[in-house]
Amino acid sequence: MITKSSVQINKEWDIVGARQMGRELAKDLGFGTVDQARIATAISELARNIYLYAEKGKIAYETVEDMNKKGLKIIASDQGPGINDLSKVMEDGFSTSGGLGAGLPGVKRLMDYFDVVSEPGKGTTITTIKWVR
Amino acid sequence: MEPYKFDVNNYRNLLKKYISSQDEKSLYQAEQFSKLSMQHNISPEEIINVHIQALKELYPDLPTEIDSSMNFLLETMISYGLAYQEFQSLREKQGELESEISIAANMQQTLLSTTKPDIKGMDIGAISVPSHQMNGDYYHFVTDESNNLGIAIADVIGKGIPAALAMSMIKYSLDSFPETMRNPSVILENLNRVVERNVDTSMFITMFYGLFNHETGSLQFSSAGHEPGFYYCAAKDQFHEITTKGLVLGVSDQATYEELEITMEPDDMVVLLTDGVTECRIGERFIETEEVLEVIRQYMHLPAQEAVESVYRHFERLQDFQLRDDFTLIFLKK
Repeated sequence: MITKSSVQINKEWDIVGARQMGRELAKDLGFGTVDQARIATAISELARNIYLYAEKGKIAYETVEDMNKKGLKIIASDQGPGINDLSKVMEDGFSTSGGLGAGLPGVKRLMDYFDVVSEPGKGTTITTIKWVR
Repeated sequence: MEPYKFDVNNYRNLLKKYISSQDEKSLYQAEQFSKLSMQHNISPEEIINVHIQALKELYPDLPTEIDSSMNFLLETMISYGLAYQEFQSLREKQGELESEISIAANMQQTLLSTTKPDIKGMDIGAISVPSHQMNGDYYHFVTDESNNLGIAIADVIGKGIPAALAMSMIKYSLDSFPETMRNPSVILENLNRVVERNVDTSMFITMFYGLFNHETGSLQFSSAGHEPGFYYCAAKDQFHEITTKGLVLGVSDQATYEELEITMEPDDMVVLLTDGVTECRIGERFIETEEVLEVIRQYMHLPAQEAVESVYRHFERLQDFQLRDDFTLIFLKK
């Protein structure tokens, strides 16, 4: 069964709602405590990026199934300014140096699959998946 | 002591033993456990998770408040775990960069190497030590069949890799000048145009060029804003600054360079250096010229090579073995 749901990010407190929904879905799928916490942290990061740079956007969730595994797909999308230099943003130490948080490399580490598509002036879509171990 | 594996059973047993005895040995084993965990890239939140599981197994009736508080702790550790992973990947990257730089530094040494000429009646000592891996100072000797000696000493304002790259250019320009071009002022004028044309305007190179005439004992020299050298006159037992008027290389393609001449008598000496010597810092203050000369005086009776090395070691110690700038020193003794 595939579940789809999403949370709009318009204000800072929506980040909490996005985490909450992600954690509940993760729990239902059978993720352990540590992975639940990692997923929540990744969602926080994605939602914060939307809130800080694009002002609004949304976090969508899908349960995914592969041959013999189940996972949670999280898609963060916005119509914000987009990211100019993706390889710079994906570099360790670039966004974290100012203590702003885990940055996109952090999200990539927390999750099993990570993909980002961004067009300057049009927006950014980040797709991530975490598989149940 | 048995080797430790990262698993809950192991941790639980260790924890149990510690709770009952509170002994130092268990704590030592805990230390081993954490080191082993790091070797296996186990992040802090996973350790907390193992702790929670072990605790629940040891105390099935664990109060829910404690349970929740442990989850709370786990949550706070996630970002630390990320920072730790990032640190590791940055450390790896740093290792790669360091090895790349050390290859470049080796290459630079080969590219810029110059042989100290053996000239009858002259004793020459030269040392050049970079403050980082790559040297922004440079010295070069050329001789002709009449044993005349050309000496260049240069310093790029700036340090490290950009400075080193600029220096390679200087060396190859010098090499490409025809042998008939020997006048210090003419050499500097030509180099100045090369630098002006090829190097970013934010980078400057200072240089001193001297031509020693073996037969007459005269030294003609010109300076492009370089740190003044010294001429030691043995008869008067005095040091005199030697420098000439001239802009640093690369500022204006119209620059011209004054040329002066001194005649060296037996036991006289010429000292050439870069600001890494004269701007040596002792604690908070820069060293005074008088003090530099004092140190030179202390060692100048030695054979020239031994003397420059001794002066270097002296300054190295003064600065707690951490050079703040590239250090180059040449002694020319007659």
